[in-house]
Amino acid sequence: MDLSVKPEYRQFREEVRDFLNESLTDDIREAGRLGTSVFHDKERAMAWQKILHAKGWAAPHWPKQYGGTGWDVVQRSIFAEECLKADAPQLIPMGLHMCGPCIIGCGTDEQKAYYLPRILSGEDFWCQGYSEPGAGSDLAALQTTAVSDGDDYIVNGTKIWTTYAHYANKIFCLVRTNKDCKPQEGITFLLMDMDAPGVTVEPIIGLDGVREQNTVFFDNVRVPKSNRIGEENQGWTVAKFLLTFERGGQEYAPGLYHYLKQIKAIAEQEGDGFGGRLADDPHFMRRVHEAEIEISALEFTENRIKAALGSGQSPGAVASMTKIVGTELSQKLTELAIEAVGVAGLPLQLDALEPGSGVAPIGPEYALTAMPRYLNTRATSIYGGSNEIQRGIIAKMVLGL
Amino acid sequence: MNFELSEEQQMLVDSISKFLQNDYDFETRRKLAVSELGYSADNWKTFAELGWLSVPFAEENGGFGGTAIDVMLMMEAFGKALITEPFIPTVILGGRLVEVLGSAEQKASLLASVIQGELQMALAYDEPGARGNPACVATQAEQNGEGYSLSGQKVMVLNGHAADKILVTARTSGGLTEADGVSVFVVDAKAAGVTVTAFPSMEGGRAANIQLNGAKGELLGVAGAALPALETVLDEAVIALGSEAVGAMEVLYKTTVDYCKTRKQFGIPIGKFQVLQHRMVEMFMAHELTQSSMYMAGLRNLEGGDVAKKAASAFKVQVGKAGRYIGQQAVQLHGGMGMTDELNVGFYFKRLTAIDALLGNPDYHLNRYATVA
Repeated sequence: MDLSVKPEYRQFREEVRDFLNESLTDDIREAGRLGTSVFHDKERAMAWQKILHAKGWAAPHWPKQYGGTGWDVVQRSIFAEECLKADAPQLIPMGLHMCGPCIIGCGTDEQKAYYLPRILSGEDFWCQGYSEPGAGSDLAALQTTAVSDGDDYIVNGTKIWTTYAHYANKIFCLVRTNKDCKPQEGITFLLMDMDAPGVTVEPIIGLDGVREQNTVFFDNVRVPKSNRIGEENQGWTVAKFLLTFERGGQEYAPGLYHYLKQIKAIAEQEGDGFGGRLADDPHFMRRVHEAEIEISALEFTENRIKAALGSGQSPGAVASMTKIVGTELSQKLTELAIEAVGVAGLPLQLDALEPGSGVAPIGPEYALTAMPRYLNTRATSIYGGSNEIQRGIIAKMVLGL
Repeated sequence: MNFELSEEQQMLVDSISKFLQNDYDFETRRKLAVSELGYSADNWKTFAELGWLSVPFAEENGGFGGTAIDVMLMMEAFGKALITEPFIPTVILGGRLVEVLGSAEQKASLLASVIQGELQMALAYDEPGARGNPACVATQAEQNGEGYSLSGQKVMVLNGHAADKILVTARTSGGLTEADGVSVFVVDAKAAGVTVTAFPSMEGGRAANIQLNGAKGELLGVAGAALPALETVLDEAVIALGSEAVGAMEVLYKTTVDYCKTRKQFGIPIGKFQVLQHRMVEMFMAHELTQSSMYMAGLRNLEGGDVAKKAASAFKVQVGKAGRYIGQQAVQLHGGMGMTDELNVGFYFKRLTAIDALLGNPDYHLNRYATVA
């Protein structure tokens, strides 16, 4: 057991830094700075993906044969950290992080050859069709049906919380192909075109005033059976693979440290109400330091998981733990941020938050993103399997309760 | 000890509840909140006609002669419907400060218009970095013949976008946070040297930042000695704002309980899951305790002095803590639906979030609680 960093990793970090310095334009960095959700500005995130793709770095977590980098877990962390420090926008995850790995894991050679390059290049923009109005935490209760009709399925139903569906040309969906069995056993995983006849998209405006999500309706949509991933009625297995990816495939600590640093910087600039700086207010700073200590515990938990992954073990249900702790810590940080900016967080400034708008913020620039981020981050303990569901998984799978 | 409402108080609460039920449904509120004014001028007239705007003022000033208790009850009722009408800025922060601090002439010229619903007011006291501390005033007032000229920056002025007359705190002497030297001035919103930057607020409604560059101000009360009156009125406003939060909390926890009774997952209403039941019990208890804290603050306000100060600050801390818990859990228990602007849940959550930051956040009031004897 030791904490030493191999010299080749230091060299790698330099290489990443140099590349980011050269290739991140001010416009693209602005989108990273103004991001208040895990879904950053679409145009600029896609522009950044193109640049990364040209370098071969768009999908560090994919196997090399499909266009990945072949980096180990440490290199991937270094890359993620440096991207955060450089204000690079986060890449839109639905294709690269959700659908792509699933096609890699369960798709046919033909499907891989067709879809994977289009995900990497950004030619296809994916959205995720899992949740339904009546199937949220209880995903297996989904009702969207796919009925066999020759070489096609006919799909009918409604998907909800479909992030960025209004930008997407593709959607990966869970649909019901059999009703006369256990709910999990009658589900199939389908890839669909958003411009197919019978697909309509309606916006959902979030409580932060932003349209990120949508409801997607399918009315007799024809989908070729060749668009199915895995076998018919085996979609739950594919879905579980993806959900695990959504949960365990993510490291929270680097992003949390990055945000904590920003909060400390705000405290340097904000007053304490008595002529001093907030950074000298022991009450506020105590909470900042408490948060930092909690992040360090998560960081080393994630390091242990990475080490296990590196030696070929599966993190299993422990991945639920990083989802719970990571999302709840990020919520705690957003609380610290709105406390730090105080009433300067109250003006609603949707225009100034738009990258490239050129609209000057009302009040200090550092206050601009605090409130939208606080509001948006409430969703992190709801999506991707709510934290109540995650705690249930640990109770059942880890503790055997 | 008696916590029952008097007949008059009951009538007041009933008339407000009836008005809100008939004329202030959620869709109406949604439209008002994003309108140019941020509230309804017609509603304001109705408030005046029904006598609500006169409640906290002494009879000799044309008021109803009510107390912080009466305002508390009104605001709790208003909070249930999340009204955006500027009762606190115009009536409490504006009108009451005039009543406490103003000369007979100033009272005569301003209070009647406030009570009749013809004058909108605001108090511009908070400054960048002041965190709601009314003694932390950098804005300067220079004597200039008979009058004063004011220069400085004020932030998050409630009703600042609509006020006709703005009460502005400024220093006539003393250093940044000194108690002595804080004065209050009446400033005409349209006067030269007043720049009002209006903005929509995150929870609906509007407010403004105000820049003063040599704006003309008329002294309210005695130069340099305004802080005690300012604190008195801010405490009344804190109780009013906190009471609004208590009303909002009640709606929010009850809405959540109703939702969890009907929303089914895994074949049963999610309210059957013990982990969620306990969460809702916590929400219920948080509301009950905060309502008790409200009564404490209202009743102790009548005693005045340090007792009143401590009570108001204690209540603001309790409101912050309970409001955050109830708001966050209401969103969480509503799941994705709680994150949208389709249900009213998000709006109550946002209002509670804003209330937490307004008029001094819990850190400020905890500190004040500890320092007041």
